[in-house]
Amino acid sequence: MPVEYIPRTRELYSGYTPYRWVVNRDTPPWTPLAKPLAQSKVAVMSSGGILYRDQPRFHREDASYRAIPKTATQDDLSVWHFGYRTADAEADHNCVFPLARLRELEAEGVIGELADPAYSFMGGVYSARKVREELAPGIADELKRAHVEAFYLVPA
Amino acid sequence: MTSALDITQAVNPPRAVFVNFPLGHQTGKPHQPDLQRQIVRDALRAFETIGKPGTIVELPYVWDANDRQWEATDYTGDFLPPRPPKEDADLVEAERRARFGESNVK
Repeated sequence: MPVEYIPRTRELYSGYTPYRWVVNRDTPPWTPLAKPLAQSKVAVMSSGGILYRDQPRFHREDASYRAIPKTATQDDLSVWHFGYRTADAEADHNCVFPLARLRELEAEGVIGELADPAYSFMGGVYSARKVREELAPGIADELKRAHVEAFYLVPA
Repeated sequence: MTSALDITQAVNPPRAVFVNFPLGHQTGKPHQPDLQRQIVRDALRAFETIGKPGTIVELPYVWDANDRQWEATDYTGDFLPPRPPKEDADLVEAERRARFGESNVK
């Protein structure tokens, strides 16, 4: 049985005002993939709180995101997040931010192109409104300008 | 990509791929590139195979063949890491900035 995160989050954060989970009952919006993946430009974003080199860390209620060069390697990256156990992601960022794997899949032609930059934010943002009205539109604008055709989101 | 099935069912995104691993391992275990690559490939393949909005594909990977009960206690009790005091956080950040000082960054 998969972990039931909604009730367990309520228990773990019992000292706080209960989180209002996002519940969408309508059929989600749908954009079909226009071309095969092998010809598509794919961008990646992780909510794992990944930082590149000397980028500033995240703060409480921080709906900002960081642009990370797609060539970044393990030594370039660190993790800043309070909502999950980050030790494994710190040891190998590919646990939540599979940049090295995506570069390999790009080289093998599985995806047409890995978009540069990749993105990360710190997913422990309590305000769903901030995510919906600030973070998401900002990213969507960047992706449209870059002609990205598939967006791979990795929540941590 | 998700490891939190109930949250993803509530959010109801256009398409998703579920891997039943503990938080922080959505694309695999550390230093296991073959596993990571399989998961990422499976996730990307879903862009081509999912045709119905709201579909969640469940991947077959098993976190620990010797522990089929990890879900019973994970994300409970003392799961949350203690938040470092601001002074410690500032120190970590200062060290990082020094290591990658502006002169070192392209």
